[in-house]
Amino acid sequence: MSIFNHKDLLGIEQLSVDDINLILQTAESLKEISQRDIKKVPTLRGKTIVHFFHEPSTRTKTSFEIAAKRLSADTVSLSSSGSSMVKGETLIDTAKNIQAMNPDIIVLRHSSSGAPHLLSDKIPASIINAGDGANEHPSQALLDMFTIKEKKGKIEGLKVAIIGDIEHSRVARSNMIGLKKMGAEVTLSGPPTMMPHNVESFGVNVVNNPSEAILDKDVIMVLRIQLERQSKTLFPSLREYSNFFGINEKTLHKIKEGAIIMHPGPVNRGVELSSQVVDSPYSVILDQVSNGVAVRMALLYLLIGGTRSEDIVN
Amino acid sequence: MKILLTNGNIVNTEKSFIEKKDILINGAVIEKIFSKGEDDCNNDDIRIIDVEGKVIIPGLIDMHVHLREPGEEYKETIETGCRAGASGGFTAVACMPNTEPANDNSSITEFIISQACKAGLIKVYPIASITVGREGHNLTEFGELKKSGAVGISDDGSPVKNSEIMRRALEYAKYHNLAVISHCEDTDLSKGGHMHEGDISARMGVKGIPSASEEIAIKREISLAEFTGCPVHIAHVSTAGSVDAIRQAKEKGIPVTAETAPHYFTLDHSAVKGYDTNAKMNPPLRTASDIDAIKKGIADGTIDVIATDHAPHHTLVKEVEFDHAAFGIIGLETALPLTLNLVREGIITLYDAVKKLSLNPAKILGVEGGVIKAGAKADLAVIDPEEEYIFRKEDIQSKSRNSPFINKTLKGRNIFTMVEGKIVWSRDSKYSCC
Repeated sequence: MSIFNHKDLLGIEQLSVDDINLILQTAESLKEISQRDIKKVPTLRGKTIVHFFHEPSTRTKTSFEIAAKRLSADTVSLSSSGSSMVKGETLIDTAKNIQAMNPDIIVLRHSSSGAPHLLSDKIPASIINAGDGANEHPSQALLDMFTIKEKKGKIEGLKVAIIGDIEHSRVARSNMIGLKKMGAEVTLSGPPTMMPHNVESFGVNVVNNPSEAILDKDVIMVLRIQLERQSKTLFPSLREYSNFFGINEKTLHKIKEGAIIMHPGPVNRGVELSSQVVDSPYSVILDQVSNGVAVRMALLYLLIGGTRSEDIVN
Repeated sequence: MKILLTNGNIVNTEKSFIEKKDILINGAVIEKIFSKGEDDCNNDDIRIIDVEGKVIIPGLIDMHVHLREPGEEYKETIETGCRAGASGGFTAVACMPNTEPANDNSSITEFIISQACKAGLIKVYPIASITVGREGHNLTEFGELKKSGAVGISDDGSPVKNSEIMRRALEYAKYHNLAVISHCEDTDLSKGGHMHEGDISARMGVKGIPSASEEIAIKREISLAEFTGCPVHIAHVSTAGSVDAIRQAKEKGIPVTAETAPHYFTLDHSAVKGYDTNAKMNPPLRTASDIDAIKKGIADGTIDVIATDHAPHHTLVKEVEFDHAAFGIIGLETALPLTLNLVREGIITLYDAVKKLSLNPAKILGVEGGVIKAGAKADLAVIDPEEEYIFRKEDIQSKSRNSPFINKTLKGRNIFTMVEGKIVWSRDSKYSCC
């Protein structure tokens, strides 16, 4: 088995194709643990994992917690409202204080792009980026790639559409980078107000109209519309968004046979996806959630489970 | 006692040539400039300083610095800022009014000048604010401010949004002979941005600041200057579109002048990669083609001035999340070598480079300096344009160390700085004492 030579998981950007394959293979072998009656193995017994969430999160945090517990690690949760950051402590100082208690991994969710990068060279513990601003959400992209591979048998050569608020989406960024690395063809779609300037530099296509963008696609990944964007003049109303950019029964019939519809959650039913689509056989949204646990178990295992040689730094 | 600077090569900014001559300084003033043997100065009361092989330039004048005093003395004080300037070859700086409180009244202007006098290093010319509290509503008392020593007005990083107020400011400032300096930014368009909006901001997931936010604001100032006939100076030009707009305005005879900062012709937005907050400034570092356009603008005279926008920041506001970090870098100690790079690249001559760092800002601000000639104040710097060295954190004179050039090799170094006949800073103790 190859070795995972990273101290941290900052983003998909830093991973090679071999790294991604190793994570996906490891997740595949760990997935079965969650289906057992006794869902626990002793692999990470005696290891401490701190979940430091500076931004609200339900699914990602729960998924990381469950993953850690199934591997027998001890977990501690810290949110910004309960941390001394509300008392004015800087992120680096808070992290150094956590480090002083000698955890093995800090799983960080933060509203600022680059926050985990800021800590990575100052903190000896492994940092897992659980979402930083609009930059990356690597564990989400990995579980998405895992799900695609599980459903479609491969990633290379597949046609993937990512639809919605690309500009503010760390899920889109990590997936664009990861899917391109793995040889998929990526098309972005959504209102021009939420499409980053110069996004073509990622090596992706842009087709603004989603009903055109989904034609011939094997995978349709729909992003959550953050409702507060409406007030920032990025789109006029939820009604108009859902009429022009939402995926509903009308667009559903254009979808290629055997295609899958994905969503990182939480879904705004009736906005970016209609209820019928969420509950349709095309939807693999709940499989994504199940696979999230396996992929996160793989990440924890690869970072501190003993495959990483001791002398490497990053 | 008189001082004789002998064997130096003097940069003549008025006539654009270099001459190997001696300079005799009497008190604060240059008494005469002469060729060796032309005059006999053998006199016991003369201190002779041999600057063989070195270049003597008029003391540099930085028309755009932030000295942070009063209010943010933990970042810089007038004294430490002056020392940073002196070490970089500057004999005068003009300091922006974004102090705490803002320099919007004569007592603060007078305080700044008195602190500069106490420091006793280089000259400090306060720029006062255009509006009270830099809030964009009521004009400050331009006449009083001028009387107290302000040489210009600017609302700095909180640019005047209301075009009617800006129009009146230009008209009223012209009456009082105050330079109007405009930080051009459409703050609705740039709001929430932290770096240049382009492929790298898209990649990094950082909200961008579009070039248009600068260009729109510059075009408004040009329209107002054309309509009122009153001069306006554009601060820190960073985009190709801005250079084009200013070039066209100058061709039409509109009274507009412009500056850029060394980082805008040295670094592009890729310097931000890895979320380096020492490459975060406003306006942001732009693209390679913007750098080319700025160099062209410097070469053809569209850009009159090189100013540093010296913006000291403590690690408290720099060693933080990228989108929480303060904008700005220090610049006084790196401006000379970075500008000399343009000379080595063949973009401009040495005299033009020195002019953009001294005579041109002096003219725009209406202050003395920028020339070495008999009768002028002995404000000058002796430099070695060829010396290569590594810019180290420990050598920084500013109170802050927020520079993207730390540990980079620079070429061209100030040896000593003289203000009104007094050596206020020198790298070698043999020059400092008598």
